[in-house]
Amino acid sequence: MANDKIGPKRLVVGAHYGLREWLAQRVTALVMIAYTVIVLISFLTGSNFSYEGWTGLFAQEWFKIATLVAFLALFYHAWLGMREVYLDWVPATGLRFGMYVLTIVWLVGCAVWTARILWRA
Amino acid sequence: MSERIKVSRPEFRNVSKTKDLLWKYKWKPAALVSLVHRGSGMVLFLLSPLILYFFDQSLTSEASFRHLQDLLSNWFVKLIFLVICWGYLQHFCSGIRHLVMDLHIGLDKESARGSAIRLFVVTGVLTVLIALKLFGAF
Repeated sequence: MANDKIGPKRLVVGAHYGLREWLAQRVTALVMIAYTVIVLISFLTGSNFSYEGWTGLFAQEWFKIATLVAFLALFYHAWLGMREVYLDWVPATGLRFGMYVLTIVWLVGCAVWTARILWRA
Repeated sequence: MSERIKVSRPEFRNVSKTKDLLWKYKWKPAALVSLVHRGSGMVLFLLSPLILYFFDQSLTSEASFRHLQDLLSNWFVKLIFLVICWGYLQHFCSGIRHLVMDLHIGLDKESARGSAIRLFVVTGVLTVLIALKLFGAF
């Protein structure tokens, strides 16, 4: 009966609670591994370890996009990780909520900052 | 039936994070990897303003690139940079270990212990190499 699952305490199993976060943590990790490999290959095969070599890499549009995607994965990954730490160690709901908000605001700010770094003339 | 031999071993029920986990619990290599994975992740998060600042300075202009090089000649900045490198390496490698274990590979006690020890050796050696390069040993 569907009605069994409604009550003063909601059912906390069997509804995939946490699966989304678990999976997202792993998918974002795979994106970052792929990006790390791309950076290592492009930089180490470039044989130009100067300022020109470094900025030349980031002058390519595809590289900017790949970098932003990887950084967005990083920020989402960081949010999931920090959320887990807060859930384990900050039992006070109000304080934890405040830390959630600060973390999200900071990470969204980081995402905008990254985009600005990449597309600045 | 033989008599049950009573061996006094520490028992942990309702493990308290602050009272048992940190002080009484014996940290095996695999548990340590888990702890260090979380620790390095937190370190990287806390250092994220600096990481993005370094990234910003390296790309903005030739002048800012030189400024970053000047900054990195300071031993304390070098140390922070080394911590970032260690955090990345450690989190990257133990993360891959976690992903492999998600595929149900190396889950038994011996392999988990072995991979944990190898992991610390690999990241340790790489970090020492970066430290030597950073502080001008080669």
